[in-house]
Amino acid sequence: MASTIRVRATSSGETTEVQALIQHPMDTGLVKDAKGELIPPHYIQQLTFEYEGKNVFVADWGPAVSKDPYVKFSFKGGKKGDDLKISWVDNKGTSDTTTAKIQ
Amino acid sequence: MRSAIHLSSAALALAALVLTAVPIAVAADTPDPVGEARAFQKFFTDKFPKVKLEDFVNGPYSMNEDMHRQWQDKEQFPPYDFSLEAGKEMFSKPFKNGKSYADCFANQGIGIRQNYPYFDEKEGKVVTLELALNRCREANGEAPFSYVKDEMAALTAYMAFTSRGKPFNIKIPDDPRALEAYQNGKRYFYTRRGQLNFSCASCHVQNPGERIRAEVLAPAIGILNAMPIYRSEWGGMGTISRRFTTCNSQIRGVPLDPQSDEYRDVEYYLSYVSNGLPISGPGARP
Amino acid sequence: MSIIRKAARFKFTVSLATVLLIAGSAPVFAAASDADFKNAYAAAEAANKEAGSLRNQWTTTSAALAAARKAAEAGDFDKAVASSKEAEALAKASIFQAISEKEAWKAMEIR
Repeated sequence: MASTIRVRATSSGETTEVQALIQHPMDTGLVKDAKGELIPPHYIQQLTFEYEGKNVFVADWGPAVSKDPYVKFSFKGGKKGDDLKISWVDNKGTSDTTTAKIQ
Repeated sequence: MRSAIHLSSAALALAALVLTAVPIAVAADTPDPVGEARAFQKFFTDKFPKVKLEDFVNGPYSMNEDMHRQWQDKEQFPPYDFSLEAGKEMFSKPFKNGKSYADCFANQGIGIRQNYPYFDEKEGKVVTLELALNRCREANGEAPFSYVKDEMAALTAYMAFTSRGKPFNIKIPDDPRALEAYQNGKRYFYTRRGQLNFSCASCHVQNPGERIRAEVLAPAIGILNAMPIYRSEWGGMGTISRRFTTCNSQIRGVPLDPQSDEYRDVEYYLSYVSNGLPISGPGARP
Repeated sequence: MSIIRKAARFKFTVSLATVLLIAGSAPVFAAASDADFKNAYAAAEAANKEAGSLRNQWTTTSAALAAARKAAEAGDFDKAVASSKEAEALAKASIFQAISEKEAWKAMEIR
């Protein structure tokens, strides 16, 4: 199956700008389906961006984050050609991870 | 209680008399699509002189600077990306009988979205892309997709993407039935409906750039060019059928069945008057 | 929009409001019966069907009909009749809208 994580990391010398789009339903657990039953909560709890073995960005999320979340941030450092590792874990224990090259 | 009904009938009759007594400047009954399309485009370029004609396809994002910047940001990582990828996969996967979508369309189905809808002279009706896709499925022994759900959205997203940049090229053949379909579509567009008494024009001709509750209204010109769209409000993709039916219910009008004659005709009209504007789909909207 | 047309539209809105108000506040002299409900509901349904043939039904009409059915099932025939009458008024208004729009739409057209 295709990765749920789309990422683009661009280094401008001093800082690296990262954008990521993650495919995830981010169900709050408060919405009812067509039959009138609650759709159980299903959302990313932790999202981590790792560079050179260190976490450069960690997000602790909850059901308030919308479906297919988009994240954009910058961190100091990062060189072209280096790896950036992205992983997430959700409340059901499902996870995904991907590695992207900084451009 | 019976008197209440009689009184209301009388009130209605009175209202009817009042309205019909007002002289209305009526347009000539034979439509002039070429002239009308020109007038349609001019109306919007006059109203928004700072917006280039081709930029109207971005709907509310073309309406002010702040929204334009949001659109540029969004295009870097568009939320429709997942649907688009799914659509590409679906499009290339053969049916159970070995044939595929490519066999149903000109040019293998690539780069042809701007020619839809078209008037089918054999059938005597307008054929939209969504309709053609389901007909293709049924002709090849597959069950049709719902017109308002994700599969149809993914397929049309992919086909729109292969046509990005190509200008709408809708034709009205020299056939009185085609002209009638165009006229029906135009009439549907301007007719008030629903308890809220809105026509499509109420929002998209009279109030583009204005807000309806929290949303900024799109101009009618180029309004179909970005379809299907990922709407943040819906948290997902929406086909043209989904947009038509939900617009109806939002003004408290019972929606017609997707791909009803009226919807096919209004899609025909709206696409025709946007001839020349580029396909920008799939799109993203607030 | 011209003053004349604005006034006409206002008159329409006022008439419509009057219709709905009257329909909603019909005085009850004696408790309604199941037969009363059936009559009122049939009239509303017939009007809504006609609106359907004009391809112009309102969602609020369907909602009023559903409310009428629900009240009747619960045995509250006064409410069922009142909802039926509201549904009928809404359906009639939607018919009126469809008929008047047959010409009125032309005034909205970009020219």
